[in-house]
Amino acid sequence: MAEKILMKGSEAIAEAAIRNGCRYFFGYPITPQNEIPEYLAKRLPEVGGTFLQAESEVAAIYMVLGAGAAGARVMTSSSSPGISLKQEGISYMAGAEVPCVIVNIMRGGPGLGAIQGAQPDYWQATRGGGHGDYRLLVLAPATVQEAVNLTYEAFDLADKYRNPVMILGDGILAQIMEPVELPEENKEQPEKTWAVCENHNRPRNIVSSSYPQVDVLEQINLRLHKRYNEIKNNEVRWDSYLLDDAEYVIVAYGSAARIAKAAVKMARAEGIKAGLLRPVSVWPFPVKPFQDILPQVKAFLALEMCTGQMIDDVRLAIGNARPVHHYGRLGGVIPLPEEVLGKLKELVKEGK
Amino acid sequence: MNKIFSYPEALVDVPMHYCPGCTHGIIHRLVAEVIDEMGVMSKTIGVASVGCSCFNYDYFNFDMVATAHGRAPATATGVKRVHPNCLVFTYQGDGDLAAIGTAEIIHAAVRGEKISVIFVNNGIYGMTGGQMAPTTLPEMKATTSPYGRNTALTGYPIKMTEMLALQDGCVYAERTKISSVASINKTKKAIRKAFELQMAGKGFSVVEILSTCPTNWGIEPVEAIKWMENNLEAYYPVGVIKAPKEVE
Amino acid sequence: MGYIKIREERCKGCTLCINACPKKIISLAPYTNSKGYNPATLTNEEACTGCGSCYAFCPDVCIEVYR
Repeated sequence: MAEKILMKGSEAIAEAAIRNGCRYFFGYPITPQNEIPEYLAKRLPEVGGTFLQAESEVAAIYMVLGAGAAGARVMTSSSSPGISLKQEGISYMAGAEVPCVIVNIMRGGPGLGAIQGAQPDYWQATRGGGHGDYRLLVLAPATVQEAVNLTYEAFDLADKYRNPVMILGDGILAQIMEPVELPEENKEQPEKTWAVCENHNRPRNIVSSSYPQVDVLEQINLRLHKRYNEIKNNEVRWDSYLLDDAEYVIVAYGSAARIAKAAVKMARAEGIKAGLLRPVSVWPFPVKPFQDILPQVKAFLALEMCTGQMIDDVRLAIGNARPVHHYGRLGGVIPLPEEVLGKLKELVKEGK
Repeated sequence: MNKIFSYPEALVDVPMHYCPGCTHGIIHRLVAEVIDEMGVMSKTIGVASVGCSCFNYDYFNFDMVATAHGRAPATATGVKRVHPNCLVFTYQGDGDLAAIGTAEIIHAAVRGEKISVIFVNNGIYGMTGGQMAPTTLPEMKATTSPYGRNTALTGYPIKMTEMLALQDGCVYAERTKISSVASINKTKKAIRKAFELQMAGKGFSVVEILSTCPTNWGIEPVEAIKWMENNLEAYYPVGVIKAPKEVE
Repeated sequence: MGYIKIREERCKGCTLCINACPKKIISLAPYTNSKGYNPATLTNEEACTGCGSCYAFCPDVCIEVYR
């Protein structure tokens, strides 16, 4: 077992990428994720990789497309406004079936917003984000260790499904320091027979999202849809805390889930049967655990650092079976466990 | 009798979708012939952009990546960084390269990205139906400049290749035209120089090729070539803009 | 002494080869191909030198030149 070392979330994400064979990074500076490119600018040359700072987020995502099409394990990272700029290229990669890993360290918005951590990009991340009928596999770590594990795994998943995978974090996760155990370096990568490269005696490869014939494009859409369903069947991830007998269930992902966990502890100390259900994959959203616990639950509380986006998925998971409430702070203000406890008590008191 | 000229190996033997008299087909053939003559087809990767040439991945007989409007130089950068020994080129029109893709092309040149750019300039958006491009000449009519390009309103035609040549990372920049057998041969030589300099690891190379758009100009193909020489060439002079000493 | 073969089905009748031919021995055929274009055709086989000007100008790469 490897020894634990203290790492900042952003740097741990960067190192985990290298550990699973990522040798190319293209990005553009934006706060609060700059430590990812800065770390990789130092580290990638040490392992024979390429770090390139692009002229824009737009250019960066198309460099990712090129490197991904060329068969390399490649990553980019950015924060909310920069991720908006990358959406065109993400759509092209989904259409051209180019694997890559995209890290979104979310901050407050809309527009330029502020640089503090927030969760306002849930819809953008889980509903495709760019144009066209596609999905991203979106993983939302809550701790630095989980960020390491999920980033590492994201490269395997991207290659397995030939689809972009997003790591959805926020400014808190990126800046926090925690002890982590890093995985061993993986030297094995799957063969990519579809990639563009030197070609001797095989039919030529075309990596493209251009399908001018409508009937062909319909078949492509159906094929992608089938793959998204495979991802839904295989890749649902979630975690829980004191959920077994919980009557009041906080639903939260990423950094908000850490606050939720503290609130659950405080509620339990006051005799409230509270629990936490934490989606780790936010697309695909974990529907089944909601249905499993439904009989015992009186109400759900979606805790998000935005005005309420994930709450839609909670409602889709349970229909109108139980009330679903929301609590959140906005613009980069971090909700305190005490505030969440207050909201829980309100629900208990009102019997909601 | 022996066959002197026929279909190049680096071109897939299928009908091309271009309008009658469109010079894209000639330029495709030149690129393919150069690749055949250099013997590099097995290590060539092309990047298709958006515009009339966006389906050229169906025509070039080697690995291709199709990318978004204006983004071919960034995409080619990613490809080339992964496969530095491959011949990587973009094929872009003037709407793609000189408008939406201005940042990507300039910074590929700035970085001295070891790619070659085939820049086909006919002063108009062809695929979308003849809209005004940044390269459209003053007074020239297009569907979005129906009274002729008004420079007071929309500025002046952009001289991209001169701008690219100013960058230290750009080693070779030449503007040619498709108007005579001699100019076609000259274009082919320019493409070869660009590709050879790339393979020698020298840096960024660009060949701008003055071309026609008979359909959207509303002129017969033969007349279009004359119009191009009398008008486009007057604004965009042909010749070597930048080359290393050994090439000059 | 030369000869050209024109793949009439590929020809779009753009006339660039006709204009390029120094001997002026290519013209459009009176009939159309399946796409509706009048294809280019060699009118005087004797006079062709196989210079390749027509090939150089053909955007559809549908001319083969023999010499």
